[in-house]
Amino acid sequence: MSRVAIIGVGWYGFKPSTPEVHFQGMMFESSSRAYADANVDPRKDVDVFVDCQEDMWEGIAIADEFAPEPIGGALRPTFTVAGDGLLGVAHAYMLINSGLANVVAVEAHGKPSEIKTLNDIYYFAFDPLHLRPLPTGNPFFLAGLDAQAYMARTGTPRESLALVASKNRSQGLLNERAPYAARITLDDVLRAPYAIYPMSEYEISRFSDASVTVVLASEEVARKFTDRIVWLDGIGFNTEVGTGAVELHQWGRMPSMRQAALMAYKMARIEGSPSRYFSLAEVEDRFSFMELLALEETMIAPEGQAHVSLEAGDYDFNGPLPVNPSGGSLAMGIQLEATGLGRLVEAVLQLRGEAGQHQVKGARRALVASWRGVPSYTSAVAVLSSEVNS
Amino acid sequence: MSVQKFPGTKLSAKEMYSLPGLVESSPQAKYEFSAGPTISRFLKGLKEGKILGRRCPRCGRIYVPPRDYCEFCHVPLADWVEVPDTGRVETAVVSYISVKRERLEKPEVVGVIRLDVPGYPEDGYEFAGLFHRICMDPEEAKKDKTIGMKVKARWRPPEQRTGSILDIECFEPVG
Amino acid sequence: MVTNLFVKDRVAIVGAGMTTFMRRALETPRELAWEAAKMALDQAGLTLKDIDCVVIGSAPDTFDGVHMKGEYLADGSGAFNKPMTRVYVGGGTGVFIPVSAWWHVASGLCRTVLAVGEEKMSPAHPHPQYVFRYIWDPILHRPLEPNLIWIFAMEMRRYMAKCGAKKEDIALVSVKNKRNALDNPAAQLAANITVDDVLKSELLVWPVNELDISPVTDGAAALVITNENVARQVTDSPVWIEGLGFTLENQHWENRELAYPRYLNYAARMAYKMAGIERPWKEIDVAEPYDPFDYKELHHIEGLMLARPCEAWKLLKEGYFDRDGELPTSPSGGLLGVGNPIAAAGVMKVAELFWQLRYEAGKRQVKKPVHRAVANAWGDLMQAGTVIVLGN
Repeated sequence: MSRVAIIGVGWYGFKPSTPEVHFQGMMFESSSRAYADANVDPRKDVDVFVDCQEDMWEGIAIADEFAPEPIGGALRPTFTVAGDGLLGVAHAYMLINSGLANVVAVEAHGKPSEIKTLNDIYYFAFDPLHLRPLPTGNPFFLAGLDAQAYMARTGTPRESLALVASKNRSQGLLNERAPYAARITLDDVLRAPYAIYPMSEYEISRFSDASVTVVLASEEVARKFTDRIVWLDGIGFNTEVGTGAVELHQWGRMPSMRQAALMAYKMARIEGSPSRYFSLAEVEDRFSFMELLALEETMIAPEGQAHVSLEAGDYDFNGPLPVNPSGGSLAMGIQLEATGLGRLVEAVLQLRGEAGQHQVKGARRALVASWRGVPSYTSAVAVLSSEVNS
Repeated sequence: MSVQKFPGTKLSAKEMYSLPGLVESSPQAKYEFSAGPTISRFLKGLKEGKILGRRCPRCGRIYVPPRDYCEFCHVPLADWVEVPDTGRVETAVVSYISVKRERLEKPEVVGVIRLDVPGYPEDGYEFAGLFHRICMDPEEAKKDKTIGMKVKARWRPPEQRTGSILDIECFEPVG
Repeated sequence: MVTNLFVKDRVAIVGAGMTTFMRRALETPRELAWEAAKMALDQAGLTLKDIDCVVIGSAPDTFDGVHMKGEYLADGSGAFNKPMTRVYVGGGTGVFIPVSAWWHVASGLCRTVLAVGEEKMSPAHPHPQYVFRYIWDPILHRPLEPNLIWIFAMEMRRYMAKCGAKKEDIALVSVKNKRNALDNPAAQLAANITVDDVLKSELLVWPVNELDISPVTDGAAALVITNENVARQVTDSPVWIEGLGFTLENQHWENRELAYPRYLNYAARMAYKMAGIERPWKEIDVAEPYDPFDYKELHHIEGLMLARPCEAWKLLKEGYFDRDGELPTSPSGGLLGVGNPIAAAGVMKVAELFWQLRYEAGKRQVKKPVHRAVANAWGDLMQAGTVIVLGN
């Protein structure tokens, strides 16, 4: 397997709502910026276009009809991956390594502000026979079950979950893509009523609209376009169980993320402790406990120890391994299938030294880990590096 | 070696509806779509009795319906142009069923109109055009001469227009 | 398209499976996927342990009535603790599943891939066609209250007008495919019918009658796809994926000539180039062109360059595309005869070619010797062309 380069990124949105623009307008804006960033002409230089979205998020059956034009993929090899943007990146990786493509563009978007019945759409992803009929009140109860099981297994105290929320929401204040950033103290979180036990509203990420485009290229052609290269050293993805078989899920764990990390680390030839390998991590935090669980499943922290390092300040912006310097999803929001790509963009900008006010000093290697959210058990992990910032 | 039997169990409608545990579920799926600046302006044009197109600054194509960007050049579109509300029938069909597949009492003629927009070759693969109803006799519509027939938009009276594609009632034969 | 044709690894299909295609299956979507996957694995002599990655394909979520359908089908499709993605190009998905499985293997990321397509259309109420309402542009098209069949009728009419084909010429496709399906034990609508039967069936949207259209179907189909090394170990007769192509046309079908599928032609050229095929009309021995409507088979035969534009219907009349003809098309019975569980139907077409190329199609085996075969699928708003070229 040869290395694959990320040669351009572009984004539009990261706002609670975007009434000024049609979803395709958003896609055009983000892709135009990515192509300008990569210095490519999409109509000449890009071999394959990958779009990431799901029908019911779009409110259109067969929504991939609307994929090609805004991203420059009309009458070209274009297809959709119904999943998180990082899964699209995995396809790009394979397309380039198979020799079929030299340059691949991956776009993902989400416009949750236009979905008026978001909880019902989540319910529609539940198994129609044995889960949907249950009066569970809120589709995110599944995450509550995982949070409880995780805390019970590892002895992680409630305060640690709250600390994740206050860390990430405050951290996001320096990030222009973080509409839900706020100066929130540990006490604020702990005093708030539970929204989904054992988490308060501060600990549950909200939604925002965005489109994100990433341009990838083979090692040989990447330099033709740009010298601001970030390497995709590894990519892994995995599904633990189907949504029709949540009974088989290992509660309080996220085995799909562990498997995805093992796959990505093997590809990136990471041996020894991953915590010393990375200079920053952008990991899943759509629920506060998920940040801690993600750090354990990606083997950044030993099992059950993430909260200890968190409390010691190890994951702070100025700590030895800044975790979610962007503010994470708790500050940026969830952009449906664009969530993983949004975090990838953050990592790319960090590794290029272009993260502005929230630049992590000397960032050279980054971990990105995303989960598709309730009720899925699918995760993806990317390992990035660059020499730009050394 | 060929497979003689494939797995799967077929049910009759009666069997299916008498299955224990048949779960009924309708998604509560509601959306509010932003039309975006381009289609909003196009709809406003319809309200004023105009069909508006948009020109690509690079390749010169005039797009109707208008777009935000050119799919061939991947650049934002610039000028707005009012285009004629006349054209030729590219294709036409007669529908005997509704959106829910119920029989219609009165069959309906719908089709694609190749609008008289300059810049496209006469019989080119691409053209500016609209999908709409065609006000004509269904039996006439089935005749060969319908394809290529000249048509013109029949507008609703100004006070009834709402800024919708339905501000054009239909296209009707002329001449 | 800067395509590198010197591909490192050859990729083979070593097993195929499918369920019976039927209206109202007792099995849930996950169970249908499982049955097809199990049969494909059995045929390859492999188990789930041998599978590294899974690719799932399914068309709109609204049919099965489940959002995030790839996640829902995961365990049924064998994606239990495995890398899995769901790929999607509308109706073109079926053929696209093995196409994308190709790069899973050719990239070296996965050795052996399970490729599964599933669709269960029966649960949609009041009628699956209502679900298709949501494929239309919500602002410019939905106010006209369109039925899905409209756009296909418009395309068929344009083909008739441009190519001089009559309804009775086109109905012959339906007659041929339903007849071919008589030899297919998985078929839903096998029948000996006449052109007259088609013309007299319920008129839906002129020029489309009921028997011009494939039915509402539940079903699943699966393939096991692997690298050359594994293929040589498990079988003496692997079927190679020699070429693949895919193209997505713009969404504005009201701004395009509908009589000829340009997008399919682009995809076919990509696939033929990769397979080193210069004269497909001579070099292809058997084809499974996508036939959800009878005119579509003719349309696709032309897009695949198996006949000149506007000439497929003339060759059809001469028996050229019959099972014992010069270039048999849809020997399986196609979507018109076997049924159309959207994504599964495309996989079924590739499975049929797999069996044909291994001379395992039984009574459906075409008369002439076969070396190379092509299948395509088509989808979205007359936009998606997906093509796969196989060889033995």
